Amino acid sequence: MPAESLHRDARRFFFERYGMTSADLERYLAAALDRGGDFADLYFEYQSTSSLLMEESLLKSANQGISVGVGVRVLAGERTGYAYSDDLAPEKILRAAETAAHIASGPARTHIVGLREVPSRATLYPVVMAPTDAELMAKLALVERADRAARAYDPRIEQVRVSYADEVKWVLIAASDGTEAADYQPLARMGVFCLARDGASVQRGNSGGGGRVDLSFFEQRLTPEELAGQAAREAIQQLQARECPAGEMTVVLGPGWPGVLLHEAIGHGLEADFNRKKTSAFSGLVGQRVASPICTVVDDGTLPGRRGSLNMDDEGAPTQCTALIENGVLRGYMQDRLSAGVMGAHATGNGRRQSYAHMPMPRMTNTYMLPGEDDPQEILRGVKKGLYAVNFGGGQVDITNGKFVFSASESYLIEDGKITAPVRGATLIGNGPDVLTRVSRVGNDLKLDQGIGMCGKEGQWVPVGVGIPTVQIDRLTVGGTAG
Amino acid sequence: MTDGNHKDAAHGDSDGLLELAQRIVAEAQRRGASGAECVMREGRELSATVRLAEVEQLKQAGGKSLGIRVFLGQRSASTYTSDFSWPAVTQMIDSALGIARIASEDPAAGLPQPEELGRWEGDLGIYSPAAARVDTDAGVDLARRAEAAALAADPRLRNSEGGSFEAGEGRRIFANSLGFAGEYRRSSCSIAAVPIAEEDGKMQRDYWYTVAHDPARLDSPEEVGRIAAQRTLRRLGARKAPTARVPVVFDSLVARSLLDQIFTAVSGESIYRGASFLAGKLGELVAASGVTVVDDGPRPGGFGSAPFDGEGVAKRRTVVLQNGRLESYLLNCYTARKLGLRTTGNASRGLADAPGVGYGNLYLEPGTQTPEELIAGIPQGLFVTEFIGSGVNIVTGDYSRGASGMWIENGQLAYPVEEITVAGNLKDMLKQIVAVGNDLKFRSAAAAPTLVIEGMTVAGR
Repeated sequence: MPAESLHRDARRFFFERYGMTSADLERYLAAALDRGGDFADLYFEYQSTSSLLMEESLLKSANQGISVGVGVRVLAGERTGYAYSDDLAPEKILRAAETAAHIASGPARTHIVGLREVPSRATLYPVVMAPTDAELMAKLALVERADRAARAYDPRIEQVRVSYADEVKWVLIAASDGTEAADYQPLARMGVFCLARDGASVQRGNSGGGGRVDLSFFEQRLTPEELAGQAAREAIQQLQARECPAGEMTVVLGPGWPGVLLHEAIGHGLEADFNRKKTSAFSGLVGQRVASPICTVVDDGTLPGRRGSLNMDDEGAPTQCTALIENGVLRGYMQDRLSAGVMGAHATGNGRRQSYAHMPMPRMTNTYMLPGEDDPQEILRGVKKGLYAVNFGGGQVDITNGKFVFSASESYLIEDGKITAPVRGATLIGNGPDVLTRVSRVGNDLKLDQGIGMCGKEGQWVPVGVGIPTVQIDRLTVGGTAG
Repeated sequence: MTDGNHKDAAHGDSDGLLELAQRIVAEAQRRGASGAECVMREGRELSATVRLAEVEQLKQAGGKSLGIRVFLGQRSASTYTSDFSWPAVTQMIDSALGIARIASEDPAAGLPQPEELGRWEGDLGIYSPAAARVDTDAGVDLARRAEAAALAADPRLRNSEGGSFEAGEGRRIFANSLGFAGEYRRSSCSIAAVPIAEEDGKMQRDYWYTVAHDPARLDSPEEVGRIAAQRTLRRLGARKAPTARVPVVFDSLVARSLLDQIFTAVSGESIYRGASFLAGKLGELVAASGVTVVDDGPRPGGFGSAPFDGEGVAKRRTVVLQNGRLESYLLNCYTARKLGLRTTGNASRGLADAPGVGYGNLYLEPGTQTPEELIAGIPQGLFVTEFIGSGVNIVTGDYSRGASGMWIENGQLAYPVEEITVAGNLKDMLKQIVAVGNDLKFRSAAAAPTLVIEGMTVAGR
C-alpha cells in the first residue's frame, strides 16, 4: 500500500478492524460528558513493535509485539478525568468513559458536535513498515553490517552490541468539539555500543540514529558502517582521555546532539503547563530577554521524517514551528489543549502522550537553535582555554529553580585555540533562564541530531529531536575531577 | 494482609489466567517449540492529584498483557500482546517461532535447570486487598490533606505542584515448559506532596512521600506535608559552592542511588560483557570495611519482594559485599552460564524481552552513628540532598552529577547550595565511604543509610 494512502486510511484501520462507526464514537463521547464535563476525547492506539539485538556477533534476542487500547479523557475547567481500556469492546469503552466522566459532577450540558474528519496534510513520513519475513532479513543484514564494521574499526574494540528497533502506531482521535483525526506513525532506531580495551583501560562508545523512516534510511542516509564507526571512534578516543577539569570555564558545544542543552535549559521550562501553574523559572518572562541577541530557538514538529516530528499531536492538533526565543527575547510557550484553553492561547501542536494509558501534556517535538554567522573553526580558534564538548548522554532539569545538567560523553580541552587532549565524561550544570545570555558566538553549521532522543516527563516517555550549531558559552560549570 | 504467595478465594486464579498461561506453553510446544515460557501481567491503578485545594486529575484504569518466549534448541525469540483471545495468542506463538528461526544458536541460552525452579514459601506480606479498595473520594481527601499541611507550614509556601494519592495492585503469572506455574500479587499505595516556596523572586520545589503495601501503614498526610514543607524551605536562598575537594555526605534518600550503581556494576549483564569496573574482582576488597551490601529477595514486606524470579527460580538472600569484599555477582540463568556460575534468582522480566537481571531488596547495612553525629565531625563539606542527571559510567566508574544540598561549616548545616557538581570515580568512592549512618529505612526496593565519602571534587564557582 502506498504510504500516502496508509496515512489517510488510519481511520478506516480502526473502523474495519474493530467494527466501529462515527456513531459509536459519538456515543462514547456522550457517555464521557454525561456528568457535566466541558470537553472529552478518545485516543485509540494500535502499536506494533519489533526489535533485534546482536551481541558477540550472535543475534541473541528478537521480538515482536502488539498493544491496543483506548484512553478516554474528560476536562472540566482545569480538572482532568482519565480512564483507559486495553479491550476495544463497546461495553469496555463505555465503562472507561463513565469512569473518566466522574471528574465532573452535575448534569450533562455539553452538546457533542457532529464528528468531522480533520483534513490531513501530506504526511511528513511517507514510508511503510511491514512486518514481513523479507523485512526481518533486511533488518538482520543491517545489524550484521554494523557489527562487522565496528569490529573491523580497531583491534582494541572488544565488545560490540547492535540494536535495531522499530514501531508503527495507528492513532485515531475523536473529540467532543467535532475533531476526528487519524495518523499512521512509523519510527525506527538503530544503535551501536562498543567497548575498547587497551591493557587495563576499558572505555565505551555509543552511537545511534533513525527517525520516522523505513529501512532505506539506513541503507542510504545513515549507514550501519557510519554508526559503527562513530561508536568505535568514541571508545578508542576515550582510551587516551585524561581527567576533566572542574569549575567555571568557557565551553564550546559541537553541532547536533549537544542541542540537548536547549531541551534541558529552556525547553522544559517553556512547556505551558508549568507556566499556567507559575511553577517554572520562566513564568511571566514572555517578552523579556533570556538569551543573547544572536540566539533564536524554535520547536518544530513539521520537519519531514524527524524523530520528534508528527503530522498531528496526540490531541489531533496539527504540529507547527513555534518560536520560543527570537533574537534573545522569550516569545512563547509550547501548548496543549488544556493549558492553551486556560491561558487563552492558541494550540501549538505540542499535546503529546506516551500511549493510550497516559494523559496528554505539553511536550517538545524537535527543538533547535537557528544558525548564526560564525565559522565554527573561528570560534574554536578564539578560545584561549576551555572545553569542547561534542557528544552527550542525557540531561535533566529542575523546572522550578531552573537548574539543569547534561552529561558530556566525548569532550576535549581547548588550549590556545586548538583542540588538544580528550577528557573523561563530565556533567555540565547551569541555570536555564541565564545560560543563553552567555552565548557569545553562534556558528553557521546548524545540525540536527541523528534521531536518538527520548524525553521523560512525569513518567511518560516520548521520542524527540534536538539540534544546535557550534556555540560558545562564556561561563559554565564543568563537573570534572582535575583541579 | 494476605500473603502474595498463596491463593485464596478472594483473589485466586478463578479467572483461569494461570491455566491459560500453561495452555499457551503447551500450545507453543505443540507448534514446534523445544521449550517455552509465558509471562502475564495484570494490574489496576487509581491516582488523584489535588492542586491548590482543587482536584486536578483523577485517573482510574486497569489492563493486562502477556508475553511468550519460545526456544528452537539454542535459538529463542519473544512476542507480546494485550489481546488474550485464542486466535491472537496462537498468532503470537507462530510469530515467535518464525523469528526464532533467524536467531543465532546461543550456547548459553535456555530455561533453568529443573532443580533450580522453585518459590519462597514464607509469608511475604506484599499484598493487601485494601490498596485497591481505596475509593476516589478517600484518595482525593488524602492528597488534599497532604498539600494543605505543606502549604500551611509557612507563608513563603504559596504555590504547589500538588498533593497526590496513588494506589494499585499487580498480579504476575509465570509458566514454563518444565512444569513451573506460579503467580503472586503485590499492592502499593502512596501519598506525596510537592510544595513550592518563594522568596526574593526565586522559587524552590521539593517533595516528600510515604509508601506502603497496605494503606493502613501509610504515614499521615499531615506528616508528609510537614516534611515536604521543611525540605522545600531549607532550599531557599541557595547559592553556588566554591570548587573544592571536601567530604561529601550523601543523605539517605540520595545514597540509595549509589546502590543502583553498585547493582549495575555487579549485575551479570555488565560482568560477562566486561562492561563494569567490578568485573573480575570477585573475592577482592573493592569497598571500605564498613560496607556490607545485601540483596534480600524474599524480605518480608519488601517493596521488591517476590516468591520467585522472572525465570521461576526461588528468590533468595545474597550477600554482594561483605565488609568491603565482593562476595557475589547478581545473576540470572543466562549470565550465570556465561560466567560458569549458578543463578542467584535475580532474573527480571518484562513482557517483550529475554530475562534481564534485577534486584529484589538491595540495601547497605547501617552503622551506629546518627546522621547528625556524622555531620558534626566534618569541619567543611557538602551534604547532598538531591542529584540531577545521570553522569555515571559503570564501565570506568567515572562519576559526575549535578547536585544540590547544604554546605557544612564546623559540623553544622550552614546554608543551602545548588548549581554544583559532585565528581569522582566509583572505584575510589566505594573505598572512601568513611562512615555509615544508622538510619536505614526502606522507601523502595533499594535503601541505604546516610554515607560520608571523602576525596570527591565539588565544582561550583
